[in-house]
Amino acid sequence: MKHEKIGLFIGKKTLRLISLLVVVCIASFWIVEQSPIDPVRAYIGEMSIQPEQKAKLDEYWGVNTPPQEKFLNWAENILKGDLGVSLIYRMPVTDVIKERFTASLALMASSWLISGVLGFVLGIAAGMHKGTLFDRAIKTYCYILTATPTFWLALVFLMIFSVQLGWFPIGLSVPIGVTAENVTFFDRIQHLILPALTLSLLGVAQIAMFTREKLTEVMSSDYVLFAKARGEKGLDLVLRHGIRNVALPAITLQFLSFSELFGGTVLVEQVFSYPGIGQAAVAAGLRSDVPLLLGIVLVSAVFVFFGNLIADIIYEFIDPRIKQQEATI
Amino acid sequence: MSTAVVTVNRSLFPGLNLRQKTFLIIGFTSLLLLSIVISSLFVDGDSLPTDFGSKNLAPSLEHPFGTDWMGRDMFTRTLEGLGLSIVIGAFASVISTVLTIILGLLSSAGKTADSFVSWLVDLFLSIPHLLLIILISIGLGGGATGVIIGVALTHWTSLTRVVRAEIKQLKTQEYIHISRNLGKSKWWIATKHILPHLIPQILLGTILLFPHAILHEASVTFLGFGLSPHEPAIGIILSESMRYLSAGYWWLAFFPGLSLLIVVLAFDMIGENLGKLMDPKNAHE
Repeated sequence: MKHEKIGLFIGKKTLRLISLLVVVCIASFWIVEQSPIDPVRAYIGEMSIQPEQKAKLDEYWGVNTPPQEKFLNWAENILKGDLGVSLIYRMPVTDVIKERFTASLALMASSWLISGVLGFVLGIAAGMHKGTLFDRAIKTYCYILTATPTFWLALVFLMIFSVQLGWFPIGLSVPIGVTAENVTFFDRIQHLILPALTLSLLGVAQIAMFTREKLTEVMSSDYVLFAKARGEKGLDLVLRHGIRNVALPAITLQFLSFSELFGGTVLVEQVFSYPGIGQAAVAAGLRSDVPLLLGIVLVSAVFVFFGNLIADIIYEFIDPRIKQQEATI
Repeated sequence: MSTAVVTVNRSLFPGLNLRQKTFLIIGFTSLLLLSIVISSLFVDGDSLPTDFGSKNLAPSLEHPFGTDWMGRDMFTRTLEGLGLSIVIGAFASVISTVLTIILGLLSSAGKTADSFVSWLVDLFLSIPHLLLIILISIGLGGGATGVIIGVALTHWTSLTRVVRAEIKQLKTQEYIHISRNLGKSKWWIATKHILPHLIPQILLGTILLFPHAILHEASVTFLGFGLSPHEPAIGIILSESMRYLSAGYWWLAFFPGLSLLIVVLAFDMIGENLGKLMDPKNAHE
């Protein structure tokens, strides 16, 4: 029975991923196809060229081929694992994405983890001391955070810590003028701290508010009342009866926030000129690098999908309450 | 969420009850936003005097937000940028609301239509929001229209989800069954029985969309898409300020961003407090 369920789950999700990717491919290709931007112009940039050369390039980029045919060519290449060649980086899109995504992954993973842990702890603390000044302070802090423009906070941090105090470098993920082999681990960390800090602080709000609400709910339940009657109190009570119930939904929520995490990364990378996937996306958009942009859209869709998938797995397979429900049916 | 705000007022207006205070907060914040929009219409940013004698001045009484490298008063530019943001936010919210109503009614039409709507919501949520706006604005050829339409077309998902859930719940109600048994058409039930219940929800949802739309517009503009560099949008002011950061001109970025934060907070507050008025059961939480 257990295996059957897992098999069904995997089958359903695989089908879902494939159908999603097909639709995202068609839709994003169609959107970009509507654009009046000329790919040849984007490729040659400001150079002046002969009309014959222009005609050749037109043919190479398929300016005059009908969109259906172009789409089929593109889709066929994707199936082979080839996303085309980036116009601005002059290298295969897959390589650009691999390189950029790895850099971003360090940033996203660290801020995701920090914001999750910090938000959870703050939420628990606020929920435990509901109605006190401490609780109100955390609530106000979260409330203001949700209204804060990401890029502005990044700018403020940059001004305080890099310009005024000079603790951190102003941009880039590695020092300028140092060859790749000589970049130390410490250098990378130093360039990562500010962007990660910005993203972490902003990510705290949602998870903290959610944890606080959930904990309040749990603390007003009958079994907590019973536990109190048995003489449990304070941190022990929360640790034993509160956190176990709150942790799983909170982790699920954190996995569901991959889409916002990606959006925040785009903005933060731009401010700190951190060479990650977000910066590549903006560059591709601004300089009409269609193959790269489409590639990043696809990769980000997969990224968000896996966040949701993990949340589903937690819900379906790990949550003991769901297991128990199934056992009783 | 905003009990903190209310607590502040508890000491400020001791004679008023919670309902009156809520009205007062809504009135005050609306007035603030309205005055920003109106005053932004009257100041003309293009004719701002470029006075190179007073460039890059730190904030003072004469220039509360300082001046930029062309000697323009940052307070005036910020005011105009905020006005623009609010207008774009209003446009995006209204379009999103119209889309929500259409899709909501569509989802009440039948099972196939409903699964289509939920499929569409999932599709829009499958790509990171910011990237989707960028993609749409490029598809429309970029420029101000691209960004405005991109922001307008992508904010209906959350409200549609709420409305869809509400419709599902309404449809199980007794009086809808009776109405259907009496032979009323689906359209009649949708417009006469379901829509009136949704109007408060939708109104509230529209206001709560504002902050998201404003922040997204500012973000996309900051990244360099859309609005031309002469427009005094907040995103453009902030991306310009980046060039002067290392020179230590902190006021170029600090005040415009802070003002944007306050505007977004004001919309949040109006939304929250209106919600309290409409749902008195939970107001005393």
